[in-house]
Amino acid sequence: MIRAHVMICGGTGCTSSGSDKLAAALETELKTRGLEEEIKVVRTGCFGLCALGPIMIVYPDGTFYIRVTPDDIPEIVEEHLLKGRVVQRLVYDDSGVPDIKANSLNETGFYKKQKRVALRNCGVINPEEIDEYIALDGYRALGKVLTEMTPDQVIQTILDSGLRGRGGGGFPTGRKWMFAAKVPSDKKYVVCNADEGDPGAFMDRSVLEGDPHAVIEAMAIAGYAIGADEGYIYVRAEYPIAIKRLEIAIREAREYNLLGKDIFGTGFNFDITLRFGAGAFVCGEETALLTSIEGKRGEPRPRPPFPAVKGLFGQPTIINNVETLANIAQIILKGADWFASMGTEKSKGTKVFALGGKINHTGLVEIPMGTTLREIIYDIGGGIPNGKKFKAAQTGGPSGGCIPASHLDTPIDYDSLIAIGSMMGSGGLIVMDEDNCMVDIAKFFLEFTVDESCGKCAPCRIGTRRMLEILERITNGQGQDGDIEKLEELAMNIKTSALCGLGQTAPNPVLSTLRYFRDEYEAHIYEKRCPAHHCKKLAVISINPEKCKGCSACSRACPVEAISGEIKKPFVIDQSKCIKCRTCIDKCRFGAIEIK
Amino acid sequence: MMNTVNITIDGIKVTVPADYTVLEAAKEAKVYIPTLCYLKGINQIGACRMCLVEASGTRGLAAACVLPVTDGMTVTTNNDKIRKARKSTLELLLSNHNRECTSCIRSRNCEFQTLCNEYGVDGYPYDGAKTESTIDDVSPSIVRDNSKCILCRRCVAACNDVQKIGAIGVGRRGFKTRVGCIYDKSLADSPCVNCGQCIAACPTGALHEKDSTADVWKALADPDKYVVVQPAPAVRAALGEEFGMPVGTCVTGKLAASLRRLGFDKVFDTDFAADLTIMEEGTEFLGRIKNNGVLPMITSCSPGWIKYCETFYPEFIPNLSSCKSPHEMMGAVIKTYFAEKNNIDPEKIYTVSVMPCTAKKFEAKRGELGRDGIQDVDAVITTRELARMIRTAGIDFTELDDEDFDDVLGESTGAGVIFGATGGVMEAALRTVYEVVTGKTLENVNFEAVRGTEGVKEATIDVGGTPVRVAVANGTGNASALLEKVKSGEKHYDFIEIMGCPGGCVTGGGQPILTAKQQLSLDAKTLRASALYKEDEGKTLRKSHENPSIKKIYAEFFGEPNSHKAHELLHTSYVPRKKYNI
Repeated sequence: MIRAHVMICGGTGCTSSGSDKLAAALETELKTRGLEEEIKVVRTGCFGLCALGPIMIVYPDGTFYIRVTPDDIPEIVEEHLLKGRVVQRLVYDDSGVPDIKANSLNETGFYKKQKRVALRNCGVINPEEIDEYIALDGYRALGKVLTEMTPDQVIQTILDSGLRGRGGGGFPTGRKWMFAAKVPSDKKYVVCNADEGDPGAFMDRSVLEGDPHAVIEAMAIAGYAIGADEGYIYVRAEYPIAIKRLEIAIREAREYNLLGKDIFGTGFNFDITLRFGAGAFVCGEETALLTSIEGKRGEPRPRPPFPAVKGLFGQPTIINNVETLANIAQIILKGADWFASMGTEKSKGTKVFALGGKINHTGLVEIPMGTTLREIIYDIGGGIPNGKKFKAAQTGGPSGGCIPASHLDTPIDYDSLIAIGSMMGSGGLIVMDEDNCMVDIAKFFLEFTVDESCGKCAPCRIGTRRMLEILERITNGQGQDGDIEKLEELAMNIKTSALCGLGQTAPNPVLSTLRYFRDEYEAHIYEKRCPAHHCKKLAVISINPEKCKGCSACSRACPVEAISGEIKKPFVIDQSKCIKCRTCIDKCRFGAIEIK
Repeated sequence: MMNTVNITIDGIKVTVPADYTVLEAAKEAKVYIPTLCYLKGINQIGACRMCLVEASGTRGLAAACVLPVTDGMTVTTNNDKIRKARKSTLELLLSNHNRECTSCIRSRNCEFQTLCNEYGVDGYPYDGAKTESTIDDVSPSIVRDNSKCILCRRCVAACNDVQKIGAIGVGRRGFKTRVGCIYDKSLADSPCVNCGQCIAACPTGALHEKDSTADVWKALADPDKYVVVQPAPAVRAALGEEFGMPVGTCVTGKLAASLRRLGFDKVFDTDFAADLTIMEEGTEFLGRIKNNGVLPMITSCSPGWIKYCETFYPEFIPNLSSCKSPHEMMGAVIKTYFAEKNNIDPEKIYTVSVMPCTAKKFEAKRGELGRDGIQDVDAVITTRELARMIRTAGIDFTELDDEDFDDVLGESTGAGVIFGATGGVMEAALRTVYEVVTGKTLENVNFEAVRGTEGVKEATIDVGGTPVRVAVANGTGNASALLEKVKSGEKHYDFIEIMGCPGGCVTGGGQPILTAKQQLSLDAKTLRASALYKEDEGKTLRKSHENPSIKKIYAEFFGEPNSHKAHELLHTSYVPRKKYNI
């Protein structure tokens, strides 16, 4: 008889912080004490609070432990699992509510404003056990569509729900399905785009690692809706845990005849093949993804014809993102109205974001559309570390833009983000504080696109490189009058001329930073000054003689012997030797060294 | 009835087939849309972004070359936004381009240069770093210079999709993207068959033939050298284009005259050797039938095809005719028969072949094609290189009076002339084989079934009661399709003609280069071929065995076709080759 479950996160974040060893230590300890029949250890998907991992939750009470190490195991077993006394020092609490910490996880700031639909099973079930998925209504939606609904009804339900693609563009999912359903063809395909590539984004990864069957079930539903019997999941080879769990899930689904021939005895056939992406960002672009599945160099092809008409191997194909698919079964079971009741007028449901950058709770959150950026960053994300000031939030990855403080109260949905010069993208959200140079941020994202451009069309291949060269000049203190205008002109031409979405949106990080932080560009170009003191080449590091005690700590630390002076007298920095490494600043105990 | 749609382009209404692209429709409306990566029937990938247009029903600008027409579509091809986008793309391409245009082989015939002129690109506003580039000049036939490559990928499509060879492809990505061979190896170490179709596809100077004109000039200037030249049949059908004459003009007389002006000691004609080839190959074919030899017999005139066979289909090597290619036969004849007759030391003879072909440069260097350390052919220049020599010599080509080739190796029949078109060797062979087998005069010498530019043609010819099943393939891609059917047993033939280049020699890799714009509006394969068929029609003698000089050479020198001496001088052998030399 199992009397307690210990859930240990098996997502990538917690796995990297050692949850494998933790689980092994716990199992050994339980065995030693003869508790293995009473207490079950479950490896789950991601809980979201990756920064505080490895994470462990003990049920039935729901105690949420953070940063647990194998050394903590004997204490947890002895105190909590045997004596029922919570190990307070390991409990997570940001609720500010006294004594609530032990069992009301949902009252914590991090979870209170979240609504987990796509992530509903992440952290709840063992993703390697199909029975656990089925126990939580898994495959009931597939059964329902196959036995009670016509393909048209399925499509209508998805249309009515208002679900839009979560991969970036936000195209209505139901319409995509409808187009593909309408094209007559003996062979059609359902493709799941799991080639998540935005820097810092791991929404899809977490869904695949925590709830792979949700994606498989949704693909089968989509197959039924459009008349496809074959599906492909294109997943990055760099996601080994996701791949392993998908492989297990597909195998289990086949064993239960939830994939394969004559599913639910209805005559409907559907099966899924995995394809591994080799890490090219552009393969997340749907036509490049198809080309890659076909075994060719992953490059975009022109649209029209759209994949719904002529897609994989020339056949009608729908391509849906992982998170989009993770919503499907819930919509079928709970109804379009339920889904449409969440969110804003044109953006329904929830959206998963990967919080990163200068934010306390780095991790994964799912919020109803319409939540403001301020709520995400301050209420859920716990604000900016070290009391620094918020400067901007970057959404939409390399295709998106930077949102300044003045737009913190914008309700997040597809259209409002576009209106303020960014985009939803796949859900990366990177927070920047006063120490971030916005020209440097633009440069960072452009470096990424330059590196990831496939090279097929000239505007992207050469144009992004030329933009990067200008940004490099500016941040190196060689900016010239006219550079901003040239950047804008190039950006506009690339946007109008590039072949695919990657190229067409590549200039966005530059355009949006120019829109909100033009003064920073101008300071770099005309004053040769980086307002955030970030750009090395522009920084002037000097010793304030009033504050310097002449202790020589700085000069001893300087790697290039640029600092000299007499003990107990103010030291000076030789600017011709200084490499702006800032080691001296860290060493000075008197705050005497300043950057300008 | 064909499905059609109505579409308005720049205010001009046209009705076009429903499967047209906007670019094709624009041609019907007589609207010119600039292109760089587009090459009719070969490359339609929407990569270069030059053909951007505004079209109803599409977001932003769309590439006309890949945009399907829809009924009622309205298209704008010329407005400020479009011009700006095109010009900006040209400026970007130029910023990453080797701009030594004055010394470029394609100057004045460069599609990129033309567009930059048309769009008034007058500076380098986006100058910056350039993509790392290399020059690969190891191959005896083809030089690749990535610094001039604009990554239109027309060469890649020609090599992969048309010729099905795949020697070159696109490697790396982003700004580092470049066209090249596997592991950055040279073409010489790749399965390249030297056909030069990549050169014919290239809009810039990134691909060109390995230049041999310097060697030829040097030989011409050497008083100790006796320099003999022979132009291939197809050269006369295209050389005029280099001097502004319309595609399909036959310039045989001017060709002979210009070669004489250049200072060659003898101006012979490969057409003679084509007749000689028919004597040898026809006899070989009849021998194979009679002695239960390996069939189908496959022609061996095309060195691109030969290397393709050796590399990709070595199992067909026994099927290859052992005949040398015509110009190699000619080289051997010049350095033996002609040398003996005229008492010239063969070592002093320098033979130059003017060929529509880059693969002939590779062929001429094959060790088995010569004897005693003397190669049959010393230099091969392409039609383009000859045109450059004519220009350098200040010869006003269009004003030249027609002249004849020199006796005796300059005399030919209509059968020899048509070697330059796909199906020509087969037709020439059939004319002779028919008469040899039946002993009767062939009344209608035109075998229409093997003419035309389809990739694979087949026919069954009644030769005195014996049905002879023949097939003709042009282009290695089509050859592959044909051979696969032979291999699987689906098709049975007795005699197959294969030419390495699509269209045969008239559109060989050494011929004058037509721009994508020209290729969109005219069919060079057909036009150049008809120039040759017209020359054939005009000849009194149209069967190789009727050529008096051929009769003479057998009587005086070889005895009879396939004689021991003929085998020694006019036949060769082949070797299986590895695809990669790595």
